[in-house]
Amino acid sequence: MELLDIIKPENQVFCKTEAMTDTCLSYCPGCGHGTAHNLAMEVIAEMGIIQDTIGVAPVGCSVLAYDFMNIDMTQAAHGRAPAVATAISRLWPEKYVFTYQGDGDLAAIGTAETIHACNRGENIVIIFINNGIYGMTGGQMAPTTLKGMKSSTSPFGRQEELTGAPLKMTELVANLPGVYYATRQAVHTHKHARKAKKALKKAFENTRLHKGISFVEIVSNCNSGWKMTPIESNIWMEENMFAYYPLGDIKVNGKLK
Amino acid sequence: MAKVKGAIVVDSEICKGCEVCIPVCPEDVIRMTPQVNRKGYHYAYMENPEACTGCTNCGIVCPDRAISVYRVKVS
Repeated sequence: MELLDIIKPENQVFCKTEAMTDTCLSYCPGCGHGTAHNLAMEVIAEMGIIQDTIGVAPVGCSVLAYDFMNIDMTQAAHGRAPAVATAISRLWPEKYVFTYQGDGDLAAIGTAETIHACNRGENIVIIFINNGIYGMTGGQMAPTTLKGMKSSTSPFGRQEELTGAPLKMTELVANLPGVYYATRQAVHTHKHARKAKKALKKAFENTRLHKGISFVEIVSNCNSGWKMTPIESNIWMEENMFAYYPLGDIKVNGKLK
Repeated sequence: MAKVKGAIVVDSEICKGCEVCIPVCPEDVIRMTPQVNRKGYHYAYMENPEACTGCTNCGIVCPDRAISVYRVKVS
């Protein structure tokens, strides 16, 4: 069978979703942000809620998410995405509201907003991309930077006695009563990406049922910040990040696992 | 059992040559071209297209969704 016999519109089984714009993503090659964007938008397109979804972009690498996601988007001040999402969700309770935040945004400057939004149990989805570093500003140390991990502000590795232990945000918020679903996923291989997509679908289903906060952490790479190739950074992530940030569900249907 | 044949089409201008699609391909179909696109990245192509089964593994890990996957059953 010739290739041209296979490559026909009726045989297409996978392509870019309509919920993403044609704008070329501004991320570095191999960055997990692109996969996470696409998976979230594929879920929204499959659920048929493109018209009913409002996203809140953060500050960080993904600040331009509003250019890439073909849905209604706004952009919050640094770390304040859960507060903005709270307002949107309360004014439009029937809408699907989500925030898309990195670890510098959610776990550092926005810790208060994150924890209080989770404690109040707002009916929103928080998508948290954890790559252990401030990617956009030049690879500075984040609260999630691993012990001993080098960054531009910890050139000899992070020291716990000086800066504390890496912050496990998902475990932290899972203990709050307002959180209905908390999970940690990854997107660097097909298996992980498919699981992450299921988790995102469950999160948006929870919003449909007005269950409260769904907190989806995605452990991602930052190959530019980590000074590695994309493949090397994925291997490093599996060996080091997953050891400290184990993947899996932490809270399902309001019950800790 | 019906046999499945697949094919991928890579948008060479969107592909950034990150090579994430190469290790996830069970049939070892994908390689990077020696040429570069307008942005200066090597881009993915099918090295041995007859092995492709259209499993969509490469598509789902592609951060830029540069890969479209096609699949057809052959008896």
